[in-house]
Amino acid sequence: MSALLVIDRLSVRYGSRDVLRTLSLEVARGEIVALMGPSGVGKSTALRVVAALQPFDDGRIVVDGFALAPGPVPPESRLVPLRRRVGLVFQAHALFSHLSALDNVTLALRHVLGQSPTEADAVAEQLLASLDVGTRAGAWPSQLSGGEAQRVAIARALAPNPPLLLMDEPTAALDPARRTALGATLRQLSKQGRGLLIATHDTEFARANADRVIQLTA
Amino acid sequence: MIAALVLCLLAPQHPDSAVLVWGGDAEGGAPFVEADPANPSRVRGFDVEVAERIARGLGRRTAQFVQVQWSNIDQSVERGDFTLGLSGVEDTPVRRARHAVTIPYFEFREVLAVRRGDAGRIHGLADLRGRRVATLGATIAYDLLLAARDSTGVIPLSYDDDVHPYADLVAGRVDAVLLDHIIAQRALRRAGGAAFAIQAQPVAVGHYVGVLARTDSVLRDSVDAVLREAMRDGSLEQILRRWEVWDQSQGTLFVGVLRTTSAAGAARAAESASALGYLPSLARAAAVTLLVSFLSMALAVIVGLGLASARVYGQRWLRVATTLYVEGIRGTPLLLQLFVIYYGLAGVVRLPAFLAAVLALGLNYAAYEAEIYRGALEAVPRSQLEAARTLGLSELQILWLVRGPQALRFALAPMTNDFVALLKDSSLVSVITVVELTKETAIYATNVGSWVVPGLLCAAVYLAMSLPLARLARRLERRWSPAA
Repeated sequence: MSALLVIDRLSVRYGSRDVLRTLSLEVARGEIVALMGPSGVGKSTALRVVAALQPFDDGRIVVDGFALAPGPVPPESRLVPLRRRVGLVFQAHALFSHLSALDNVTLALRHVLGQSPTEADAVAEQLLASLDVGTRAGAWPSQLSGGEAQRVAIARALAPNPPLLLMDEPTAALDPARRTALGATLRQLSKQGRGLLIATHDTEFARANADRVIQLTA
Repeated sequence: MIAALVLCLLAPQHPDSAVLVWGGDAEGGAPFVEADPANPSRVRGFDVEVAERIARGLGRRTAQFVQVQWSNIDQSVERGDFTLGLSGVEDTPVRRARHAVTIPYFEFREVLAVRRGDAGRIHGLADLRGRRVATLGATIAYDLLLAARDSTGVIPLSYDDDVHPYADLVAGRVDAVLLDHIIAQRALRRAGGAAFAIQAQPVAVGHYVGVLARTDSVLRDSVDAVLREAMRDGSLEQILRRWEVWDQSQGTLFVGVLRTTSAAGAARAAESASALGYLPSLARAAAVTLLVSFLSMALAVIVGLGLASARVYGQRWLRVATTLYVEGIRGTPLLLQLFVIYYGLAGVVRLPAFLAAVLALGLNYAAYEAEIYRGALEAVPRSQLEAARTLGLSELQILWLVRGPQALRFALAPMTNDFVALLKDSSLVSVITVVELTKETAIYATNVGSWVVPGLLCAAVYLAMSLPLARLARRLERRWSPAA
């Protein structure tokens, strides 16, 4: 079976500085891969490049058959297939502060997938409930705890049902109990057949939950 | 040097009994008072010579001129800025009631100027029902037009100067101009003698007088004596002939004045109009202020959004063009922009005054709004825009669904401030004949000869309009700010 995500000799340079040099990795469906290494080693950069938020200089990226080439980021109109395939959960959640938790999740359902408000609400409520934040649907982002905000952000990224989920430092703001619960959630997502690529420097979390750990060195 | 200049400006004018300090408006121009083309630091005109004749008659060494805006002559003479106001000052009952006024020294006729094609049809105000008639604000002519508005239905337009009414007559913006015959004849000469026609039959007759502070009635009596002397010895006639304003009616006036021994006390002040009588026109003017402000703000918001989007999203040339617009507008006076749009563009497109006012204010404030919106758009965290992109929203959807709504919250408070400022800046549009609240108040104040009651009333109306806006904005901000 072909891998869901293939990163082949990826290089990213900021001016004369190499941020990533010939990184290669694969993520299969149903697999959790942890990308580890000290701060500044390019973990987040790798995720941002896969999500086409920033350009790369060399190598090749293929997400479920959709290929990204080196050079400037293509216009959004050419990235529609990629957006359907990749969800990204930001380290600081980046929830839309003017929308309730529920509306954060329904935004893409309604305006990208074209679902009716009723349909979208039903999907979003179910997603939030499955992530144990169903009761917080009406809350504003500013009223959510760190753990709640993160789960709403996961629900938002999962709403368009992408096969690949990228997560940037998901345990950064969590207490030990929440970390364990997050691990369970991620394993459940992988059981549904999704591939997960997680940038983290939490060794313990990676060991406990990842199928594979890829170590980046400076 | 600056300090010396400030000191010079602040220094009180020493009452020098050898000098007669008199005030007039050189903007009124020849033949009244104008800057001498040969030496612009001096003034000349028949009012200048009348002042010099009075000074001589009073035994003063010289007459010293003080520039004052024509509509402020009464207030300035009461303040003591000068002793005698003399610059085509009209003899009115209100002026006689509030100040010490001299005997008349010149008789003028209020004449109608119309376009040549209309000369056969328009002979008086009665022929101008539903037509626009221009004049100088706060004059007998304006009062005549206001009376005619109620009786025959003319539409009075008040100007701040006596040049633009005739320009607008030629341009077709107004159908007639009612002003003193001296002013009409001068305008006709300037326009080349064939641009419009002056109707022979005067609408009314009035007189120019000198005005002194109410407490100066003794000096006023001396001035009257000098004027009578000048009428008797022919020196006044010489002055008027020199400036080519002498005609038969002046001789008749002199005879009449010299026959009555006491200063024209006959015209005992008509009772000063009560504040209540002005309320309807103040209310109407307040409505104009509100309408101009709301329409201008709507235009400013729409154009401002376009400018801000161009600055944030546009190509380089578009960003440069919008930056030039914003800086150009913010770096030049609104008053200048008003004049350019109303008078400057008249050769290309002849905008009605109200439309020109809304355009100028709206386009001016658009520059300020654009900067607010640009700042607000840029204040929305990048990570939220990136999150929206990863969800598959298009750039337009991101602007409409994520960036715009959040930017609006940031922009709301400064926008309200701007609207309140615009409400007050809308007073500037009176220079292009739109009579709004401040202008109406100025007319009211001139008519009653005091700014106290009109000023307080006007301030109260502005506050009544701006305070609810500030409250509304605070409420909206609270409602749209879930973080609070």
